[in-house]
Amino acid sequence: MRFIFKTKYSQDINIAKHNGDRFWYSLLILIMAALPLVLDDFYLGEISYICILSIAGIGLMILSGYTGLASLGHAAFLGVGAYTHAFLLTNGIPFYASIPIVIVVSFLVGAAIGIPILRLTGMYLAIATLALGFIAEHVFIKWEHFTGGNRGLPVPQPEFLGMSFYDSVFFYYVCLVFLIAAMFAAINILRSPTGRAFVAIRDSEIAAQSLGVNLGLYKALSFAISGAFTGLAGALLAHYIGYLAPDIFNIFLSLTLLLLIVVGGMGSLHGTVFGAIFVGFLPQLIAICRDYLPSSIGSQPGLEPMLFGLILVFFILYEPLGIYGRWMKIKLFFELFPTYKRQTFKKQKVFTKSDRV
Amino acid sequence: MSLFEVKNITVAFGGVKALNDVSFGVDKGEIFTIIGPNGAGKSTLFNVISRIYEPSKGEIYFENQNISKTKPHNISKLGIARTFQNLELFENATVLQNLLLGRHIYKKTNILSEVFFTPSARKQEHEYRLKVEEVIDFLDLQHYRDTLINGLPYGVRKNVELARALCTDPKLLLLDEPSSGLTNEETIDLGFWIKDIQSLLGITIIMIEHDMSFVNKVSDRILALNYGKILASGLPEEIKNNADVKQAYMGE
Repeated sequence: MRFIFKTKYSQDINIAKHNGDRFWYSLLILIMAALPLVLDDFYLGEISYICILSIAGIGLMILSGYTGLASLGHAAFLGVGAYTHAFLLTNGIPFYASIPIVIVVSFLVGAAIGIPILRLTGMYLAIATLALGFIAEHVFIKWEHFTGGNRGLPVPQPEFLGMSFYDSVFFYYVCLVFLIAAMFAAINILRSPTGRAFVAIRDSEIAAQSLGVNLGLYKALSFAISGAFTGLAGALLAHYIGYLAPDIFNIFLSLTLLLLIVVGGMGSLHGTVFGAIFVGFLPQLIAICRDYLPSSIGSQPGLEPMLFGLILVFFILYEPLGIYGRWMKIKLFFELFPTYKRQTFKKQKVFTKSDRV
Repeated sequence: MSLFEVKNITVAFGGVKALNDVSFGVDKGEIFTIIGPNGAGKSTLFNVISRIYEPSKGEIYFENQNISKTKPHNISKLGIARTFQNLELFENATVLQNLLLGRHIYKKTNILSEVFFTPSARKQEHEYRLKVEEVIDFLDLQHYRDTLINGLPYGVRKNVELARALCTDPKLLLLDEPSSGLTNEETIDLGFWIKDIQSLLGITIIMIEHDMSFVNKVSDRILALNYGKILASGLPEEIKNNADVKQAYMGE
């Protein structure tokens, strides 16, 4: 077990808590950077997609995992990001200028939607965001000038830094860099007063308010920040797909994002990556499994959504903290070996909590 | 002139008047205790002060400023902090994070400087931490800094909530049943702390409390409520011997 001797406040503020962190995360980045040497284009494409999913996951994690507000329509923000990016590129705006605009636009859209919608809570909020997803899909169909409607919108693949987005190695690096940048941005938000205010709203609105947190403002801010991250992911997704059609941003994509954060682990940024790896590879895994199943089951079209749903339910029932939670338990098991107790993570029953204030 | 004044506050939930024409004043540096049987309207009074409930009538003055229309999240900026009867801590955060949230009203950074965690954001964290450490030393919480609230015993949680309120650097502290659920020893400690908060930090305290021996020990003045009305108010000795109070608590 590691005991950190703290002599400076900075040690609690810094991202890397000790040299072990620095070593392992640097190694991880190096390995990720070296991947194109060993992997072929197909797998690089898959990993690029996982990076994009992770960025979108960070967005939803900040909203649901940290601020405690459900969203079942987050594909809408992916769509906003993707269409805005494609529209700007089509009109000759270069890539490096388009991305900041996309982030700002998604941030503003998030704020504009967030301010009215966040007066709702719990189940009602979930239904409102579900509706938001459907409305967005219809807006993408009807607003033909901007989105090309059902005909779709081809995404230009401009040159950037003298490289083309058709080059899968280059695209992989772009996604990786954006993921790392998004990760740092999210960590920075979460370790500053705004991030703490989000957690405060999640755990007790009334206490947050009495400590001076403006609930309406911070909920809207959370929605806007979440939108900005997801919009960025949408812009990259546009390059990945190459041709935008409204039905890409459907309810199923929203639920995939939800599955991502639940499976990864609510309330942890590690969880977004774990979850993205999981939902990124799951369709491949299902496709492989289809071959081995009897054809009456294997050829069912609804197999994928059903498995997604089942996995979601099983995680919520048996591992609410997701893959990251499981990883923490395994880590603690070895740190405390042989004195690890299963009860450590058992949720305490709280009898004193009530609606009274 | 009093530091804090409640004038003719009435709160009605439908036909029930939880508070009926309640007026009182609290002087600077006082420990003012509100007692009363269950349902007397004590917690309602606190929730009116922290602007969670809207009074049907009446006004509240703090430092001669009418705060009856202030937004709930601005109350703490004026210098009023509170604790809750049933603990409203941020359960899935560490003690340190809970206390740092107590400094939220002093936030100067905006979202952009936070995204890039500029030197000013880092400096602000250090400033927050200095104050938080003062409070940690004051309430003996050194041991628990990095523990999640989830894993803490009840007595410590109560203490953390008091600490969080102190972190806001309040002028007026509202304590809702600070001793409920504490052991005898913890209650004795709490008594010392409350006296210290008054004398060392110069904070005025309004407290709701049931434990009469504790109340008599720490209070400067007591207000007794029953069915939303003021029964009596005065020095602890006077309240102890007041016939109305005796009747409300013990019957004939």
